[in-house]
Amino acid sequence: MGMFEAILLTIATAATPLLIAGVGELVVERSGVLNLGVEGMMIMGAVTGFGAALATGSPWLGFLAALVVGALFSLLFAVLTLSLATNQVATGLALTLLGLGFSGMLGERFVGMPGIKLGNLDIPYLSDLPVVGKLVFGQDPIFYLSVILTGGVAWFLFRTRAGLTLRSVGDNHGSAHALGINVIGIRYLAVMFGGACAGVAGAYLSLVYTPQWVENMTAGRGWIALALVVFASWRPWRVLAGAYLFGAVSIGQLHAQALGIGVPSQLLSSLPYLATIAVLVLISRNRRLTMINTPASLGRPFVPDR
Amino acid sequence: MSAQNGGDAALLLEVRGLTKIFGALKACDNVDLTVRRGEIHSLLGENGAGKSTLVKMLFGSLEPNAGEIRWQGQPVRIGSPSAARKLGIGMVFQHFSLFDALTAAENIALSLDSDAPISTIAAKAQALSHSYGLPLDPFALVGDLSVGERQRIEIIRCLLQTPRLIILDEPTSVLTPQEADKLFETLDRLRAEGKSILYISHRLEEVKRMCDAATVLRHGKVVGHCDPRKETASSLARMMVGNEVQAVVRQPVAGIDKAPALLEVRNLSRPPATPFSIPLRGISLNVRAGEVIGIAGVAGNGQGEFFEAVSGEVMQADAGTVRIRGKDAGRLNISGRRLLGAAFVPEERLGHGAAPRMRLSENLLLSRYATDRKAFVGAGGVVRMGAVDTAAQRIVQTMDVRKSARDPEAAALSGGNLQKFIIGRELDRKPAVMVVNQPTWGVDAGAAAKIRQALIELARSGSAVLVISQDLDELFEISDAIAVMHDGELSKPLPIAEATFEKIGLLMGGAEPGHAAATGHAMETA
Repeated sequence: MGMFEAILLTIATAATPLLIAGVGELVVERSGVLNLGVEGMMIMGAVTGFGAALATGSPWLGFLAALVVGALFSLLFAVLTLSLATNQVATGLALTLLGLGFSGMLGERFVGMPGIKLGNLDIPYLSDLPVVGKLVFGQDPIFYLSVILTGGVAWFLFRTRAGLTLRSVGDNHGSAHALGINVIGIRYLAVMFGGACAGVAGAYLSLVYTPQWVENMTAGRGWIALALVVFASWRPWRVLAGAYLFGAVSIGQLHAQALGIGVPSQLLSSLPYLATIAVLVLISRNRRLTMINTPASLGRPFVPDR
Repeated sequence: MSAQNGGDAALLLEVRGLTKIFGALKACDNVDLTVRRGEIHSLLGENGAGKSTLVKMLFGSLEPNAGEIRWQGQPVRIGSPSAARKLGIGMVFQHFSLFDALTAAENIALSLDSDAPISTIAAKAQALSHSYGLPLDPFALVGDLSVGERQRIEIIRCLLQTPRLIILDEPTSVLTPQEADKLFETLDRLRAEGKSILYISHRLEEVKRMCDAATVLRHGKVVGHCDPRKETASSLARMMVGNEVQAVVRQPVAGIDKAPALLEVRNLSRPPATPFSIPLRGISLNVRAGEVIGIAGVAGNGQGEFFEAVSGEVMQADAGTVRIRGKDAGRLNISGRRLLGAAFVPEERLGHGAAPRMRLSENLLLSRYATDRKAFVGAGGVVRMGAVDTAAQRIVQTMDVRKSARDPEAAALSGGNLQKFIIGRELDRKPAVMVVNQPTWGVDAGAAAKIRQALIELARSGSAVLVISQDLDELFEISDAIAVMHDGELSKPLPIAEATFEKIGLLMGGAEPGHAAATGHAMETA
């Protein structure tokens, strides 16, 4: 396996958790809810995924546990913001703080323990093809699921009636309610879908990316996923583009640092953020399209009169 | 009556003793209503009389606290809008229940319970719209459509469900007179097809013209059932309001055209702020001392954008585009323009005209701390609450603001009383220039008459008054000249003596641009 191939593989691994968390949050925001707790839900997924895999010996059960815990953790957010109409920004921030602290406490005993890694696919013959073999047929299974997830969400949002209903709730919850659409119920489902995705994305970090538990190991990836959703103007395939761009530049700059290029390392470290923002701003420069894609009810609390 | 046994086949809907309570307010109190098959039944009442609450209960959006609804003789419970649709009740909302970022067809699909693909729904909608002569592009984004076109979507959406009863909530309040005529034709046709229509309005002339029966509501109670064709407009008004409404008096004055212009707008243009808002195109207008100029227009033709530019909520690039009392004001903010002697009343009362959770006195201070600095702010920047409070009470007295506490929060007042306070707050300063957007929107007839009279008197005392309104009757009552806003352009003001409903209506529809000269010129060059 050549150096170039290896770099491409690491890029996919760096991008996948951003993509999964980002696509999950995209669905949440398309329903009109702003959940700033992605980082907290991810870290909860990371710690439960690691712990469950350790206890059962199966990384798949780890992912399953992370999915359930992510969804349950987001349920807390949903109850507060949807049923009790609390401020979404403040509640989301609180969820992140809670997740970071709580996961540190739960994960104390896992520190320094060797983790269980989810292996890569190995399809006879196909995975051994030159160049494309490892890239297309030899990645970890979650990588494939993340791409399917992106396509599935795009199809759901723009091609199905349920997706249309979800977008309508995000566009104007007052009108949706007047038509008899269950605004709160749909938002509950969307928020929990986002939570489940964030949980899986977190578990990817502790079961695939670096199979171990370290406190705060999400290292701000939840925030990047949030930013990707906005800069991708709430379109699933653009989130994928953004996630891979971010992954590519962050891996590229690591190699550049290793090669000892005469550029300050701080500047190189900030490069992924700058490049991603610049590119996504460029692709969303059509203001009209951006406005149409922006969920108009985003972050506004909804209290139905009855 | 045989209806009590559910025997009268001509009755489609019967409502008995329907009651809805919000907190301490009985929005609907023991309301009775019967709608026959193939009749247009009007629900008359002032704003806040409980009309919208009543129909929301019929459409399943609100749950009644007490009472019975019978549909074709059978008692029914309408728990949700989809239950109402299943029965055959359709509704066209006053503030449309549409989604800006979706296409017309997607909007229609959302309210149908079938799972048909969008393309099928689009085709059906188009066929139906053609047969009723209501042209509709199913793939247009709703945000790009005019108010009249949006209403068309709502009506088509409603008709696609083949309802037996169609509820229309103030359908003409957003239409030009010509668009309204078109709507009446459609309603006539629906009635001929045997459908029943529950028609909510406070416009008496159209009720007299269209409706076969009327139920009048006042303060949540039914005050009478009548045949509107046998009543006069004033007898209907008396039933709605409960007493005679004082007519507004406007004496024409001579020589206004020689008075100095206190508010001058010169070639004001503005690019659209959002994809769905209207650009302003070269607006010029003078408002002279002593006159009231009215700006008519269908909602969403740039009136809001114009108000923002004139009031200083949005500044202009060129200071000379807005001049107040002869001074360039285009680069000044609201306080700067107030200091030049201008006063502004925005359309939205809560959150724009007043801070909802602050007391009236605090709201007074917020808008006038700059202009009344000497009176309201003492040494070291400490607020003289006593002086502010005295002024607030004075405004309450002169404008007859009804309230429950001495100095309540703005949100605790009813819409009409808050509007009286907000207008009074500006009038109290005796401003040289007054700009008001929708002065009596949602205000009851008595309060509206008071506000209108106060605006006329302000002008007659030597101020320039500019009123933006969707209510043509109001503009004809108070204006010395009426200009029309259409698609971001403003027509020349027509002196009231020359203005007719028809002329203004044509201008509102954009059929005959007020810029006939410009159009003619374009044709010559073409």
